[in-house]
Formats: sequence, C-alpha cells, structure tokens
Amino acid sequence: MRLEDAPALPPPSNTVGFRGWLLKNLFSSVWDSLLTLVFGLFILWALLNMVNWAVINATWTGENRDACIWEGAGACWPFVVAKFPQWIYGFYPGDQRWRISVCLIVGAIALAAMLVPAVPFKKWNAIFLLFFYPQLTIVLLSGGNFSFDATTYAAIIFLIIVSIAARQLSDHVAIPISCGWGIVFAAMLVVMLTLDFDFGLAPVETRQWGGLTLTLVISVSGIVASLPLGILLALGRQSNMPVVRHISVIFIEFWRGVPLITVLFMSSVMLPLFLPEDVSFDKLLRAMIGTIIVSSAYMAEVVRGGLQAIPKGQFEAARALGLSYWQMVGKIILPQALRISTPNIVSIFIGLFKDTTLVSIIGLFDLLGIVEAGFADPEWASPNSSSTGYFSAAVIFWIVCIAMSRYSIYIERRLATGYKR
Amino acid sequence: MKVRIILQLLSIVVGAAAAVPANAGTLDVVKAKGFIQCGVAPGLIGFAFPDGTNNWSGLEVDFCRALASAIFNDPQKVKFIPLSAKERFTALQSGEVDLLSRSTTWTMSRDTALGLRFAGTFYYDGQGLMVKKSLGVDSALKLDGATVCTLTGTTNELNISDYFKANSMKYQVVAFEKDAEARKAYDEERCDVLTNDQSSLYAARLQFQNPDESLVLPEIISKEPLGPVVRQGDDGWFDVVKWTYFALLNAEELGVTSKNVEEMRSTNNPEILRLLGTKNADGSAAGFGTGIGLSEDWVVQILRNVGNYGEIFERNVGLDTPLKIARGKNALWKDGGLQYAPPIR
Repeated sequence: MRLEDAPALPPPSNTVGFRGWLLKNLFSSVWDSLLTLVFGLFILWALLNMVNWAVINATWTGENRDACIWEGAGACWPFVVAKFPQWIYGFYPGDQRWRISVCLIVGAIALAAMLVPAVPFKKWNAIFLLFFYPQLTIVLLSGGNFSFDATTYAAIIFLIIVSIAARQLSDHVAIPISCGWGIVFAAMLVVMLTLDFDFGLAPVETRQWGGLTLTLVISVSGIVASLPLGILLALGRQSNMPVVRHISVIFIEFWRGVPLITVLFMSSVMLPLFLPEDVSFDKLLRAMIGTIIVSSAYMAEVVRGGLQAIPKGQFEAARALGLSYWQMVGKIILPQALRISTPNIVSIFIGLFKDTTLVSIIGLFDLLGIVEAGFADPEWASPNSSSTGYFSAAVIFWIVCIAMSRYSIYIERRLATGYKR
Repeated sequence: MKVRIILQLLSIVVGAAAAVPANAGTLDVVKAKGFIQCGVAPGLIGFAFPDGTNNWSGLEVDFCRALASAIFNDPQKVKFIPLSAKERFTALQSGEVDLLSRSTTWTMSRDTALGLRFAGTFYYDGQGLMVKKSLGVDSALKLDGATVCTLTGTTNELNISDYFKANSMKYQVVAFEKDAEARKAYDEERCDVLTNDQSSLYAARLQFQNPDESLVLPEIISKEPLGPVVRQGDDGWFDVVKWTYFALLNAEELGVTSKNVEEMRSTNNPEILRLLGTKNADGSAAGFGTGIGLSEDWVVQILRNVGNYGEIFERNVGLDTPLKIARGKNALWKDGGLQYAPPIR
C-alpha cells in the first residue's frame, strides 16, 4: 500500500509556456485559429502600412513643401517641425512665449506633486493650485492690469462689510455661513487687486491665444469648474426643498438637452445681437462659460448616479449622529459617492478635453484648429502635409487622454479598499 | 477660474455703461481705437492664412493691410479675426469686425436683404475645370464624354450639369461629400475633370503628387465675385473701403508701384498727381484723401506699405507663388480683364 502521494507529474507540455498560452487563447479550435489568422494578418497589414508611411517612407528634413514631394513619399515631418511652436503657443507673440512656458511648467510640477500620493503638503498644494495658480495663469497669459473701476471695488467692499456686520449683529444668522461669505468676498478682493496690479507685462488679447495653450485653458477651466458645480447640482436635484430641486432639474435637463456645438454657436453668434452695440464680450470667455455650463450638467447626472448608490441607512445613521446636512454630505456621502463615480467623472473629463475641438467653429484656434490652419500655408501644402498634421494632432490628444484614463484607474485601485472584485 | 469669470462678468457689466457713444461712424470708431478689425477666412491657401511667424498673409489679408495703411500709415494696425462661413455675417452685423475680407460671394440677397454693402470685386472667382495635361484638352468645350468629380449638393454640381447640357455634351458625374475625397479621386484618375471654384482648384493642385501635370482650363462656368463687405448704413466707411480698392487698381493702371511711388510724386502726369494727393499748381490741397476723412497722401501710404493691386496679386497668388494663378479675369480692363476703377478726380 502506498503511504505517500505519487510525485506530481509536470503538466502536459502543450498547456504551459508560450505555446500553451497560444493554444489556449488563440488556436483552441479551427474557428478560433481562422479568426486569429485573419485578424492577425489584418493588424499586421495595417501596422506595416502605418510604419511604412510614418517612418520608412517619411521625409525627415526639409525647408519647404518641395522636400515632401517625391514619388511614394510618406509622412511630411518637417511640416510638423516648422509648425510645432505655433501648435503649442498659437499666435502668442514670439518674445512673450516664455509666459506660457512658465504657466505650463509650474502647472505641471504642482499637478504632478498633487497627483503622486507620496509627496507631502497636499493641503498647501491644493490651495496653490486652486487659488494662486489660476491667478498666476490669468496674469501671465493676459498680462494682468485689468483696471476694474471703482464701482466694482465699492460693491465688493460693501459685500464684505455686510457679511461681517451680519455676523456681529445677529445671533440668528448661522455664524460659519456669514463668516464664510466674508472670507469668500475678501478672497475675491485679493484676486481683483492681483489682477488689477500692473506687473509690467505686455497685454496679450485672448484672440492671440491658440493651439495647445487654448485647448488646455478651455478644458482645464471646464474640468475644474464643472466638478463642484456638478456636485452642487446633483445635491440640489436630490434636495427636499422644492425650489432648489426644480431649479436644478430644469438647469440640468435644459443644458443636457442642448448640443455643445449649439451652445457655442449661440454664445458666439447670437449673444452679440442681444447685447447693445459696442459691448464686446470676450469670445474665449463666452466659449469657456458655454463648456462649463454644459459639462456641469453632465457632471451632475454622473454624481447623482453615485449619490443614489449610497444606501439610505448611511444618511439616516449620519443624521442620528447629529451631523448637519453639510457635515453629512462632506464627511459621509460624497467620499463614497465620488469614489463610485470616478470612472464616469473621468470619462466626462476626457470627453470635455476632446470636445474643445468644437470651438474651431466659432473661429477660435484650438490645437486641431491651428493644425488645420497650417494646411493653408502654400509653403507647406503637399500631398502628405494634412495627413501628417492630423496624425500628429491625434497622437497629442491620445497621449493626454490616455494619461487621464490611466491615472483614474490607478486612483480607483487605491480607493477601492472594500469593493475590489 | 470661476472667480475670474465672475470678475470679468462684473467688469463687463460695469464697463458697458462707459462704452463708445452709439451712432459714431465706423471710421471715427476705428481711428479712436487705433486699429481695424478685419474678418478673414480661417486658413485658405493664398487668400488668408497664418504663416510660421504668426503673421497673417494672403490676398484678402493684404486688402485689410492696405486699408490700415490708408488710415494709419501702418499695415500692422489690423487685428485679424478668423471667421467661419456660418458666423461671418453676424460678426459683421454685431460690430465684432469692421469689415469682412473673407472670400464672400457678392449676391443680390446678401447685398439687399442681409443689410450688407459689397465694396467691389477684389477677386473674380468662378467655377472652373481642372484636367490632367496628358488628356490633351485645352478647352472645356472638348470635354464631351468626360467623367467629372464634384461635391454633392453644391451649386457646383448644378452648374456643371447646366454647362454640359447647354453645350450638348455628354458627361458622367462622380459626386463626393468632402473636398479631400473629390481631390483624391481625381488624383487617382477616377475621373477626368475636377470642378470647383477656380481659386480652390489652384489650391487643390498644390496637394497633388505632381502639381504640374494638371491644368486649370480657362473657362469659368459660374460667377463668384469675391470682395470686401461692410455694414449697410455707414456711407463714410463704405467710401473709405471702396476707394481703397479703387486706389489699388488706379495705381496699377497708372504704373505706380511700391518701388517708384516716391519718384512718381514729382511726375508731370496730372492723373498720377491727383492719385498721390500732390498739391495743385496754385498750392491748394487736392482734397481727395481729406474728402473721405483720410490724410492727403493716403494712396502714397498704401503703396509704400502694401503696393498696388498687381503687386498684391502677384505676391500672394501670382505665377511666382506655388499657387501659380494667372491674372485672367482679374487683369486690368485695359489688359482684357474685368478690374476697372473709376478715375480719381
């Protein structure tokens, strides 16, 4: 009688290693093998063609279109090299481009420090990114020196005084709220003073902004503004107060029902007709407000999905502990709801980033718009210029979007402590 | 960002009260703000495009530069506002631009119902036909039985059918959705003829493997007069724009160019002296420039900075440029073209 198990035999050689993987996943039946072959060949064919066009037959150096015109020529890279600064900086005056570079570099460093969990000082970094960095960007990009007039200052100071007075005079007014408003208005006053200060920078109008800079300005402001607005709208839609609820529902349903392209078009073409003549309203600002409104409506619905996934018991338990509404929302509901909605929120961010290309219909040159404008340069009009330009624009968009998407997956894994499947 | 928007909104609302008084003429407004706002096409080869150093150039861009030279003696005092085809008229009506110099066809409905004024035909465009030289065709009338590449649902498609019917020739249409598709089909010899507005044909030719193998036939089968447009109801500004265009033509006709304008000021030809605003024999001012609210040597300023019509044409789209467009219908009337300007007197 055997007292021990027989020694385990090695698995059959055709189930292990690379060969085993191939047999299991790609050639497990005749039908699978056929599909593998057909699609494999197709992918190979497409890849070969692309490499052929983009690398092997490509033109790498040249002064103008003549370099890119020869029998069987592929991608025209000198066109990209010649136009690249314009793709990044738009029509920004050449000697002022350092201002954009500073914004991009400072923003990239601060954002990287914010996104990598190991880096300390998160709170200060957040304050910098959300309060100081936007001011830095506005002053550097536009040149600052906005010259607000006395009435505006008077209005702000009046609001600060009212907020403080309300706190002093009445015990009934909830103190944190009125105090909070005082701080908000004081911060606005600081921002106004900063923007009004003459730093000696040459003014650059928004119509000279373009390229990747403009794409980032529109999409980042849209992303940063739409999340808080969307959260507020989602909470409003769930509110017990009928007025708040109805306003939120109407806002969301109206703006979600209108295509972004229509909103942009209305803001660019129709709005000037309603305003008195001679009142010009910055075109970029109009486009930014349009994207923010539309994306916050979408954001509200995504956040509402997260809110509805929270069991009712969580709300009731929070109430039973004596938390106020905002404490309940801030400490218990939102952290869970936002974690659940992270993938969809990032989808909206990515969608928003790509939707910025729509601004080209109102004559703003985003990245894609400026790439297309470059095709009209007779110096560079060649059979392959436009395909090379579109290809490069696609690569730039893809890099940004894939970065957002990978980071969101990383964050989901980090946060999914109790949910991971 | 949110804060910024609120602030800008505030400043805009407050600033609106102190805006320029209404009903001021466009010329006065332009002089007060110190630059012209010129609506241009957002990238059209040879007509308007931003070059590598962020400068706008092109035929239609140069018209705005000529206008700026006439008013400010500085061709850089123009802000170019790229406008899509859809928003161009509203941008003009709402005052976002002072004039359109943006490949806009002069038609009756635009001239009358839309409240616009066309200051002239800066470029006579029209639908043309392009063929491969190897076809051995030198006239559109020899195209019996040809296959024609065109765009679906455009007037081009209707025009070509009218033209072939009128000349009782047979043809076959291959219609495409997009410009680039039609161009590619022609380049791959799926059709004998590519039809579009002539200026677009010249631009399309640049994107072929061998541009010199193709030929734009001389026939124009539709009228597409393109020119600068201003708002209706401001005759002073209309005059300035219109006579800037006429001055460019008159200068070419009289042989005054950017190079010889200084010498020409001391010529004996009274027509040139009137054009250049030289003082009359008795010392009194000629008064043509001041009559429309400009300086006496407004034409000298235009010519010095931008040149005459012929120079603008040759520099942007002429035979020495990659586009290689011949003057054709855009030659002066005395050379058999259509460009004709009333005299300055």
